[in-house]
Amino acid sequence: MTASLEVDRLAYAYPDGTQALFGVDLRIERGERVALLGPNGAGKTTLVMHLNGILTAGHGTVTVAGLPVTKGSLKEIRRRVGLVFQDPDDQLFMPTVREDVAFGPANMGIRGEELDQRVKLALERVGMLEAIDRPPHHLSFGQRRRVAVATVLAMEPEILVLDEPSSNLDPASRRELAEILRSLDVTVLMVTHDLPYALELCERSLILSGGVIAADGPTREILADAELLAAHRLELPYGFRAT
Amino acid sequence: MHVPDGFFTAAVSISAGAVAAAGTAVCLRGARRELDDRTAPMAGLVAAFVFAVQMLNFPVAAGTSGHLLGGALAAILVGPYTAVLCMAVVLLVQGFFFADGGLTALGVNITLMGLVTVLVGWGVFRLITRGLNGRAAITAASFVAALVSVPASALAFTLLFWVGGTAPIEIGTVAAAMGGVHALIGIGEGLITAVTVATVLAARPDLVYGARGLAAPLVLRGADGDVAVVPERAEAPAARGVRGVRPFLLAGVGVTLVLAGVVSFFASGDPDGLEKVGEDQGFLAQATDHAFGEWALADYGDVGGIPVGVTGVVGVGITLIVAGAVGRAARRRDREAVQESGQKSGREDATV
Amino acid sequence: MSAGHHHQLYRPGDTPVHRLPPQCKLAAVAVFALTVVATPREWFAAFAAYALLLAGVILLAKVPPGFVLRRMAIEIPFVLFALAIPFVGTGERISLAGLPLSLPGLWAAWNILAKATLGVVASILLAATTEPRMVLLGAQRLRLPPLMVQIAMFMLRYMDVILDEMRRMRVARESRGFAARDVRHIPVVARSAGALFIRSYERGERVHLAMLSRGYTGSMPVIHDVTASARQWLVAGTLPGAALAVLLGTVLLGTGGW
Repeated sequence: MTASLEVDRLAYAYPDGTQALFGVDLRIERGERVALLGPNGAGKTTLVMHLNGILTAGHGTVTVAGLPVTKGSLKEIRRRVGLVFQDPDDQLFMPTVREDVAFGPANMGIRGEELDQRVKLALERVGMLEAIDRPPHHLSFGQRRRVAVATVLAMEPEILVLDEPSSNLDPASRRELAEILRSLDVTVLMVTHDLPYALELCERSLILSGGVIAADGPTREILADAELLAAHRLELPYGFRAT
Repeated sequence: MHVPDGFFTAAVSISAGAVAAAGTAVCLRGARRELDDRTAPMAGLVAAFVFAVQMLNFPVAAGTSGHLLGGALAAILVGPYTAVLCMAVVLLVQGFFFADGGLTALGVNITLMGLVTVLVGWGVFRLITRGLNGRAAITAASFVAALVSVPASALAFTLLFWVGGTAPIEIGTVAAAMGGVHALIGIGEGLITAVTVATVLAARPDLVYGARGLAAPLVLRGADGDVAVVPERAEAPAARGVRGVRPFLLAGVGVTLVLAGVVSFFASGDPDGLEKVGEDQGFLAQATDHAFGEWALADYGDVGGIPVGVTGVVGVGITLIVAGAVGRAARRRDREAVQESGQKSGREDATV
Repeated sequence: MSAGHHHQLYRPGDTPVHRLPPQCKLAAVAVFALTVVATPREWFAAFAAYALLLAGVILLAKVPPGFVLRRMAIEIPFVLFALAIPFVGTGERISLAGLPLSLPGLWAAWNILAKATLGVVASILLAATTEPRMVLLGAQRLRLPPLMVQIAMFMLRYMDVILDEMRRMRVARESRGFAARDVRHIPVVARSAGALFIRSYERGERVHLAMLSRGYTGSMPVIHDVTASARQWLVAGTLPGAALAVLLGTVLLGTGGW
C-alpha cells in the first residue's frame, strides 16, 4: 500500500543561501495521526510549505499518496494536502463563511449544487453549519479555527496538515477540536509545541530539529525521554507525565 | 511627474503608448520566469509600496516638492520584468481610480516612470553587482541605481516634451527645471531605496530578487551526523538570471531607440508639437527635414537651450549600450575562467 | 484587514451608474478621455458640452459635488504648472492687467487645464461609483493580462495594510516630536519605509499562502459572473457617445470657435 506522505532526503535553502532543511526523511501511512514536534526555527514551517508545493525542493522528493510533488502536479497535490494555518484569520479572507469554504472547491472547478453540498458537508463535520451565512470575523476564535478546518475539508484531502491547532484555544474549544479531529477519517500531520495535545491525539511523533528528523517513535515513548526532549528544547507542562 | 491629459500631442501620446504596450508585453513574457507562487504577492506589495512612496511628497529646495518614483526599488526587489508590470499597474490604478495622470497619457507615464526607471535602475544595479558581491555591495548598488534612475526619467520627459509638449516653453527651461528638481529627488530616492533594500535584506533576504547571487550549495546531514554537499543544483535561481537579463538589456536598448526614433518621426509631421517649439526657436526647417531622432539630435547639439535634455537621453542610451557591451565582455571572460578552473559554477551565477 | 483607504474613493449607492457592469464603465471612461483629448483647444463650446455631460453623470450617480471637488485636489500640481506657462512661455506677448503674458502660453495653459480637469472628473466618477474589486473584475473582462490583474489585486489588498501601518508609524514618529520638513529628514523616512515594507509583507504573506494551499492559481474563482447585456453597454455608451457626437458635430458644422 502506498503511504499517504513520503518525504525523501529533502533539503532546501532560501534564495539568499540560508539553508533550512538538511535532508528530511519521513513516511506517514494512510489513516495515521502523527505529531511533528520541534523547537522554533527547526524548519517545521519550511517543511510544511514543501508538502503542498508552495516551496520547491532544492534536493530530494515529496510524494503524496504515490504522486510526486512537481510543477505539473501542483493542482492535484493541493487538493490532496489540506493545510490549516496557525492563525485562522490568515485562512479566512472571504466576506462570509459560505464563500470561504467554497473557495477551495471552486478553484478546483466545482460549481452549483455540488459546490453547495460540499460546503454544507464540510461545515457539518466541524459543527459549524449554522454559521454558514455569517462573516468569519463575527465568530469566536475557536469557531474560526473550526471553520478554517472546514475550508480544507471541503477539498476532501488525503492528508490534513495542521499548524499549531491548539494555540490560543480555551480548554473547551480545545477539547471540541480534538473531538472533531478524532472523528475525521483522514491522515493527520499535526505541527505543534503542545506536547499533551500531541499525546492525546497522535499515537506517533517526530522531532524535527536542525533541519533533520531527530527522533521518530510512539508519542508516549518520546515524551517519556526527558533527555531527548531537553536536547531539542521541548518541555512538558509542569506536573505532566507522559507515562 | 504624472503627466495629465492634453499635456503632450496626440502623436507623442500614441507613440509612447505603443512603446509602453510593447514593453509591457515583453515584460509579461519575461515575468513568468521571475514570478512563482511565493513572489506573486510580493509583486502586489511592491506595487502598493511604490504607490505609497509616490504619495510621499517630500520637500526639495525652495518651496517645490517632488515624489519618489520607485522603479529601481521595484526592479531590485522583484526583478526587472515584474517591476515594469508593477509600475504599469500602479499607473493604471492611479489613472483610473485616483485620477492621477491622464488616461490618454498612460503610455507616456508608463514609459517614463515604468520602463525608463526600471531599465536604468536595473542596468546600473547589475553593472555594479556584477563586479562586487555581498550585502554592502547590494545596498550601495541600490543607492546608485535609484539615484541615476530618477534624473534619467526626467531627461526622458524632457525629450518627450521637446518632440511633442503642448506648452510653448523653452526646452532649456524645462530641462533645467526637471533635471534640477529630479537630481535632488534622485538623492532621496537613492537613500530610501538603499535603506529599504538593506532592511529587507537583513530581515528577509529571501525576498530580494537582486540578492539571488548570494545562494550557496546545499548541504545534507545524515542521521548519524555525516555531512554531504549536494554537487549541482537542479535549477539554480541565478542561472535563470543569466538567461533573463541579456534579452532584457537588449529590450531596454530597443525601447530607448524606438522611443527616440518613432517619437521624433511622428512629431516631425505633427503641426502642433515640434513645429510650435520650432517656430519659436527659428529652426523649423531643420526639424522637418530630418525626420529621425539621431539626425535631429546631432543638428540640435549647437542650438542654444536645447542640448541639455537631449544629450542626456542620448547619454542614457549610450550608457545602456556600453553597459550591455561591458556586461557581455565580462561574462565571456567569466565563462572562460569557469571553463579553465572547471569547478566554479557559483561564479557565473553571482555575476549577472 | 481594516476598512481602508480606497473606501474613501468609493461611495456606495444604488443608482443606474452604480449598477452598470464595471467593464462598461471602464471602457466608457477611457473613450470619453480619448474624445476630450482629441478635441482641438479652440473649441470652447465642445468643452462646455463635455463638462455638462459629466455634470449629468454626477447628478445621476448622486455623487455630492463637494466630494468631486475635494478629490480634484490631486490635480493641483499641474494646475500650478499650467498657471506658470503664460509667464515663462515664449512667443507673442500680450498685456493683461499690466502683466506681459505669452499668448501661446495662455492657449497651452487652457488646453492642459481643460483636458486634465475633464479627465480627472471622469476618473473620480468611475472610482466613486465602482468598488475596487469590481473594477478588477471588469479589467479582467476587458482582457487585461491576468498577471497584471493579479498584481493589481494584491496591490489593493496590501494598500490597506500599508496605509494603516504608515499612519501608525507616523503617529509614533510625530508623538516623539518628529515631522518631515526638509531633506535632512529623508534618512528617518527611509528607515520607516524599510520597516513598513517588512511589516506589510509578512501580514499579507500568510493570507496568500493560505489561498495557494486551497488551489488558488492567480484568479479568483468567479462564482457570480459579471456579464454585461447589450442594453448595459448601450447605457454606458451614452457618455462617450454623446461626447463623440459633440466632437463630430462640431467638425461637420465647422463652428468650433466662438
